[in-house]
Amino acid sequence: MARDRIRFIRRGRTVEIRDLKPTETLLDYLRLREGAKGTKEGCNEGDCGACTVAIGRPHDGRMIYEPVNACIHLAGMADGAEVVTVEDLGTPENLHPIQEAMVQHHASQCGFCTPGFVMSLFALYQDGRPVDRQGLNEWLAGNLCRCTGYRPIADAALGVCGHGARDVFSAASAGKATALAALADDEDVILGGEERFFAAPASLSALLALYGRHPDAVIVAGATDVGLWITKALRDLPKVIWLGRVAELKRIEEAADSLIIGAGATYNAVEPFIDAVDADLAVLWRRIGSRQVRAAGTVGGNVANGSPIGDTPPALIALGAEVVLASAAGERTLPLEDFFIAYGKQDRRPGEIVARLVLPRLGEGDVYRAYKLAKRHDQDISAVMAAFRFRVADGRVAAARIAFGGMAATPKRAAAAERAVIGCRVGDLSAALAVAGVLAEDFAPIDDMRASAAYRLDAAGSLLVKALVEAGGEATTTTRVRGFREVADAASL
Amino acid sequence: MPLRSESEHAAVALDVRPEDRPGVTPFQTRVVHTSRFHDSAARHVSGTAAYIDDVREPVGTLHVVPGYARQAAKGRIVGLDLAAVKAFPGVVAVLTAANVPGHNDISPSGFHDDPLLAETEIRFHGQPVFAVVAETREAARRAARLGRVDVEAETPIVTVDQAIASDRPDILPSYAFVRGDAEAAIAAAEPEAVVEGSILIGGQEHFYLEGQISLAVPGEDGEMHVFASTQHPSEVQHLVAHVLGLPNARVTAEVRRMGGAFGGKESQASQWAALAALAAHVTGRPAKVRLDRDDDMAMTGKRHDFRVNYRARIDAEGRLEAVIHDQFARCGHSVDLSIGICDRAMFHADNAYYYPEVAINSRRLKTDTVSNTAFRGFGGPQGVLAAERLMDEIALRTGRDPFDVRLANLYGEGERDETPYGMKVQQNLGREMMLRLAETSEYRARAAAIDAFNANSPFLRKGIAITPVKFGISFTLTHLNQAGALVHVYTDGSVHLNHGGTEMGQGLYVKVAQVVAEVFGISLDMVHITATTTAKVPNTSPTAASSGTDLNGMAALLAAQAIRDRMASHLANVHGGVPPESVVFADDHVVVGNERMTFAAAAKSSHAGKVGLSSTGYYATPDLVWDRSVAKGRPFYYFAWGVSCSEVTVDTLTGETRVDRVDVLHDVGRSLNPAIDIGQIEGGFVQGMGWLTTEELVYDAEGRLRTHAPSTYKIPTATDVPADFRVELYESGGNAVDTVYRSKAVGEPPLMLPISVFSAIGRAVGSLKPGAPVPLDAPATPEAVRRAVKALVDRA
Repeated sequence: MARDRIRFIRRGRTVEIRDLKPTETLLDYLRLREGAKGTKEGCNEGDCGACTVAIGRPHDGRMIYEPVNACIHLAGMADGAEVVTVEDLGTPENLHPIQEAMVQHHASQCGFCTPGFVMSLFALYQDGRPVDRQGLNEWLAGNLCRCTGYRPIADAALGVCGHGARDVFSAASAGKATALAALADDEDVILGGEERFFAAPASLSALLALYGRHPDAVIVAGATDVGLWITKALRDLPKVIWLGRVAELKRIEEAADSLIIGAGATYNAVEPFIDAVDADLAVLWRRIGSRQVRAAGTVGGNVANGSPIGDTPPALIALGAEVVLASAAGERTLPLEDFFIAYGKQDRRPGEIVARLVLPRLGEGDVYRAYKLAKRHDQDISAVMAAFRFRVADGRVAAARIAFGGMAATPKRAAAAERAVIGCRVGDLSAALAVAGVLAEDFAPIDDMRASAAYRLDAAGSLLVKALVEAGGEATTTTRVRGFREVADAASL
Repeated sequence: MPLRSESEHAAVALDVRPEDRPGVTPFQTRVVHTSRFHDSAARHVSGTAAYIDDVREPVGTLHVVPGYARQAAKGRIVGLDLAAVKAFPGVVAVLTAANVPGHNDISPSGFHDDPLLAETEIRFHGQPVFAVVAETREAARRAARLGRVDVEAETPIVTVDQAIASDRPDILPSYAFVRGDAEAAIAAAEPEAVVEGSILIGGQEHFYLEGQISLAVPGEDGEMHVFASTQHPSEVQHLVAHVLGLPNARVTAEVRRMGGAFGGKESQASQWAALAALAAHVTGRPAKVRLDRDDDMAMTGKRHDFRVNYRARIDAEGRLEAVIHDQFARCGHSVDLSIGICDRAMFHADNAYYYPEVAINSRRLKTDTVSNTAFRGFGGPQGVLAAERLMDEIALRTGRDPFDVRLANLYGEGERDETPYGMKVQQNLGREMMLRLAETSEYRARAAAIDAFNANSPFLRKGIAITPVKFGISFTLTHLNQAGALVHVYTDGSVHLNHGGTEMGQGLYVKVAQVVAEVFGISLDMVHITATTTAKVPNTSPTAASSGTDLNGMAALLAAQAIRDRMASHLANVHGGVPPESVVFADDHVVVGNERMTFAAAAKSSHAGKVGLSSTGYYATPDLVWDRSVAKGRPFYYFAWGVSCSEVTVDTLTGETRVDRVDVLHDVGRSLNPAIDIGQIEGGFVQGMGWLTTEELVYDAEGRLRTHAPSTYKIPTATDVPADFRVELYESGGNAVDTVYRSKAVGEPPLMLPISVFSAIGRAVGSLKPGAPVPLDAPATPEAVRRAVKALVDRA
């Protein structure tokens, strides 16, 4: 028996919606249906953060709040959650500690981005763990402010966040978790009919069965990409299947020789596990989208969409990751690089979904490096994404996996470069410079708004040089302007 | 948690005791010169500050979305097929130029070159040709994509360099400031005394977080009430009337607040207001235009991009003897505000430096791109950047420290103090502020440490630079330097404040309210701030040119003083005939002789005594003289000054950069509100840094803007802000001229402070090949920096 409505908690009450358009966004729900105008639309594509709201879900009997971009979050994805918006925190006469701190630090000017900042900081406040300036900057990467220059916002946040939450939300946390647990059923959710629906199956078998019947449906994990098809391309997506209620797909398993990431696991959920794979991968992880994007988005979706500029595919291809695909007919496993066939074309059969990714762990003598090159450090799309895995023996490269994004129509291995670096002495700048030019055999990149072809090829060579020099043990504080491995290493001690 | 009514912003609290220095306000102030919260701060943070899209829509409100030729940037319109648009469910009307009852023109400059809806030709990609009016915004958006505009497409001229190379006539006549014969002086110089080069300076998208929006509500007898997100409500009023063929008096434009503007809503908010009004006129129903972000970025103008070619003759110490700047500005397809913008680029081509013989030449290029418009600094930043590039090149040529080259070329006091446009530089703070910042930032020691670092660093290079800012304050279109205000005192002692300035986040409303509270001796919360509307204060100037507080603050001061003086006369008369000058307004009370009464009681008494408790105030900046035909005069009432020191690290392999530390010293005269002023300085710095580093506008060969959303156009995020960012207000004795409580304008000048970041990046790159010019263009994206690196290294 399927459930024909979505349910979420709003201001202490359970909201039930049956008449949901498959593509209705949470922002439209809030502004147009509820008339809650505190949440703003700045860009309608998940980049500016003015529409940030907090989504609360129960975890170990407590509420965990994460910021999401309501403009590209489907309203149906709020099923089973609490939705918190800026008006819920406090009133001008009775401000929440975050709001009060923002006022005291003169942290708003025009005020339009401010509700989004407040909600990002609300999630950080509830998180409660200590935070430093860099951690805060990462947390706020998805909130653009054009007026203040961020300093007063940072001061406000650092004063009030990171000391544990003491507000009405933290006080009500256990009760809400219980209420949400009571809402959580194992029924499949389907709103609509055979031709138009929003579906949220509760199990993998139900998902695969439904998708088998409707291979023309759009599979949505975090909607951080699909959301833009709706808000910008104005595409009509009559059939939407959301993965968010499939527990099997959210699983993250740590094995001795691998990390297995379910396709429904968000970047944020994976983040605590990724540090143990490699420091560069961990740095990259925190530069993917923004906190809001990573709260909803999944690495499975990044792979499934097959963008030539996705950050994770090159990083995972170089690592040697495999992708597991599932359909009602069963599962199959591919080396990740083989999944990407051509621009916009992946090796995914009708009714088949990306189920999980298997990331091998680095072995003795393995050196891994990943570099994301973009105009802006945070929340930008790569001009060039480069990743390297070298097996180093006796100071020389004995084996290599090299992959790039932004250099071709798909994420792609650099076969000529992989051959050329064999035997190369790591840490030897002139040896590295001597092989860098070989990338021209692997790639003929394009000019676009992110970079010229010439720069892409040149920078790709630079990154190969950098990787080979760093593989010799050079401290990254002398080779990079940000994202130092030494800092990550120190933090993990 | 209760909100404290007073800030205790200790770090920026200024000394408010009476001082005996000349030029200082000779009495103690209680409300001005103190840090106060933005009047809407508590509403901002709680989501209860309403922007136009948040105001409850009148029943029946329709939604309007413009449509354009998706395939073409330039060419004659040969066909328009709107059948599918009209047939789309929910569509109520489709507007074209034929629906315009008045004039199909929204040009702010009287050139009649900006159609509301294109009629015969497409002049840039994204130019609105029709507009869909529908029951929902979604229906209007979907329907707008179904329109077909057939165009006989021509190859567009897109970039500055394409326009220079073409034989197309410029959009405006060239203009020049000339003193002496710089051409001859340079021609006669020895080659080693000549420095020349060129810099390409990119434009900038405003990226106000609240996009363009207007709501038009029709009334009776042809009235139209327009709620617009605009810096210039009077122009919106006039252009809506112009488009609808109505007298101005039938149209009211109102704006409570904008979610950012930065110049982008000075002239270019009018089109959307006029479109909403046209839809309301045609349908008889309220109509709202809210642009989607991508449409907003494609359809509205940006900061002008420039090429500046410079040539100079220097003496052995690197001091300038003659300077020529040839400025080429991309104006786009129409004039808009380009006269003033290009003029201001010329006014600031000197920045803070004396040019003995000089020619500043300006060409205003016509391109097949969106009409570029006002953006914080209004051309000034482009002029200043080229001046600073020249200083850096002189340093490279002479081998002297760039800071010393700058000191040598600063305007003097009493000599070497005349600008290329004939105005003497007054209250010259340049040298003392430069020297002070060099000391507090430990510039020389850090420069030496950086040299040592660079000698041993193959990949990373550091650079440091100090650059000054001198910014002229006043509209150079002199008649705009006027303002009006309207103040009412009610019998309960509460005060209603209205003026012609608009609030876009800069804190104008609270500053002017502070002024009024100060005059009446009442606490700030007794002053009620009301939305700017053309129905209360007419014929206003735009809130622009950093002038909002100078003009509107003074107008409100005069209005409040007029009421206070009337009250004082009445009370003096009633209470024993003491001299009116002896009546004291302070601490929410009025003291008359031996009587002390509340301000409310004083207001009540005045009303009973038949004293008018309402007044307008009118102010026009004195002493401005500017004769554009001879390019001489005093266009500016005064100058605002600033200095910054920036240290950066550059990855020479990839071109990525990091700003390590920034020190700022900025002159705001005697600050009306230090916290607000610090906010303007920090925010302006980061915005200017974005212009010079990450913010790149990319057009394709077909003239389409490819960076039309925040996914591709990158303004700074929190991480880009310098980790070590020290901002200090310069404690001068206050403005030497008689501004409101001796304060100075602060909106635009800080935008030019981060030129020190750009200069430091150039210096870091230059360390790869000492003495060679560094061909770095703006913005210094990783690609631009790497290109400069390769130019140096490959030349080696």
